Amino acid sequence: MITTEQTYETSPQLVASLKRYQLIATFVGLVGFLALIAGIFTEGAPQFLRSYLVGLYFWFGAGMGALVMLMVHLVSGGAWGMMVRRSLEAASRTNYVMWLAFLPLIIFAPQIYSWAGPAAAGSKIVQAKHLYLNLPFFYIRYVIYGVIWLGMTYFLNKWSRLEDQTKSPEYSRKLEKLSAPGIVIYFFTITFASVDYLMSLDVTWFSTIYGFLIAAGQALTGMSIIVATLVFLGKYTPMNHLITKRHLHDLGKLLLALVMMWAYLAFSQYLITYSGNLPDEVSWYVKRLNGGWQWVGLALLLLHFALPFALLLSQSLKKNPHTIFRIAILIICIRVVDVFWLVEPNFTSLARPVFTISWLDVVAPIAFGGLWLALFFRGLPARPLLPLGAPDLLKALAHGREH
Amino acid sequence: MSVRMIDDFQPLYGLMAEFETATQLVDAARRTREAGFKKFDAFAPFPIHDLDEAMDLHDNRVSLFTLIGGLIGCCGGFGLASWVEGVALPLNIGGRPLIAAPMYIPITFELTVLVGGLTAAISMIIMNGLPSPYHPVFNVERFQATGSKNKFFLCIESADPMFDREMTAGFLESLEPEEVAEVAR
Repeated sequence: MITTEQTYETSPQLVASLKRYQLIATFVGLVGFLALIAGIFTEGAPQFLRSYLVGLYFWFGAGMGALVMLMVHLVSGGAWGMMVRRSLEAASRTNYVMWLAFLPLIIFAPQIYSWAGPAAAGSKIVQAKHLYLNLPFFYIRYVIYGVIWLGMTYFLNKWSRLEDQTKSPEYSRKLEKLSAPGIVIYFFTITFASVDYLMSLDVTWFSTIYGFLIAAGQALTGMSIIVATLVFLGKYTPMNHLITKRHLHDLGKLLLALVMMWAYLAFSQYLITYSGNLPDEVSWYVKRLNGGWQWVGLALLLLHFALPFALLLSQSLKKNPHTIFRIAILIICIRVVDVFWLVEPNFTSLARPVFTISWLDVVAPIAFGGLWLALFFRGLPARPLLPLGAPDLLKALAHGREH
Repeated sequence: MSVRMIDDFQPLYGLMAEFETATQLVDAARRTREAGFKKFDAFAPFPIHDLDEAMDLHDNRVSLFTLIGGLIGCCGGFGLASWVEGVALPLNIGGRPLIAAPMYIPITFELTVLVGGLTAAISMIIMNGLPSPYHPVFNVERFQATGSKNKFFLCIESADPMFDREMTAGFLESLEPEEVAEVAR
């Protein structure tokens, strides 16, 4: 087993490589955002805001998913989490910028959220929901989310750094004590946030399982990015001789569980709507299962559930770094389609749904991807790749090499 | 070190070495396999993950049986629901098609898990050779006393083509065990 402090140091090759990817990501992000801004003039502000929401919510979800998985690890322990904790922390630190990136949606809410616009004034449904869906409260909620999410991100990262520096168990306890209620708070806030930013796009529709569905998707996005990152880090010192097949196996099992959880929640929502068959509830699916949108739904069923599920059942595919990397990338790509499917069909006509996709829907996830990855690659080498002050580190490293 | 012998009139089942740690057992199993022995088994009080690799065990038939069981449950569940609602008792429920597939998914899922799980458990038990009311290794006193508590054992059977009473005992002693004992059949 490796015990010397020396081997935990991030190799200069890795730092250089991360630097290069950070530059590429920054460049892609810059070009992407210039294209997005150009899109305001060619496609109009409403389409810009929708595509902006697709790109932003996907990558915002990656950071939030990482945050909640980090808290799950801090509460429950486990070797899988020790190997990816620093990546999870670096990913969670993107939340600061991602939260700020919501500002255009907040400021121009009337352009995208029909309940905030002038057309809503006469609608009975909007008036009935006015107590919650009104602009001042919408702004207040945005600030509350920010305080809670960024507060949790800040303290988890700060105490983790202090745990490293002082090697004192005091901070490990603090991390645990924040994480346990943090998970509960995360589920509450993400439920409200998903109602605010996604569900209220279709103001007449509601679903009580929606928040959990969004949370499962975020955790899946976050973990897929983290798994892909771990395989990438595994090519360089120090991770190349620290990662074992058991770590990858455990992370693969986690991906399988999250894929199944997403499918379970997505299907539950559909089944309940299908059983009830009420006009208020089916509208969401009428739009999404007609006029070409049904192919997107089928793609989600096959590529978001069936294919990753079947692949992740195999033990050897989970243990092989190349295959688990590809499965993670597949999940990341199909997650973008899922967010697209949550946002865009809201704007089609209920009487005659027609599939539409703007080039901005493709550019926005790439632009935000550049921004997010640039932040992520900048944050990764800032600290040692393993939590050296964590109490169970050596036990986690011995996982899969018990002889 | 001396080998704990059995009486001359007793037929020999094999030779068994006792180890202090799981690590020693995994090493011993690897070296036994590398020495060319085929019929040997390792005994530990708890599951050791690397042991199957060290012993070169690649029998994954339980997964295959589980998959088959799961598929049978899947088709059975969906088939049962479709037959009941479509053939045996066709009912128009709220204008939905007779075969309302989404409604059948829960029972399809449940039966997949049930049949798959039962197949996994039953095939695991059968393929482990259980229930096994008698096993010769229990003839060794030390095994009876500590085999399911805190010691690790490796037994080479006399049925192995390479088995030789003295040579094999010498080989086991070279693995530096706590004790080597002959096992009566």
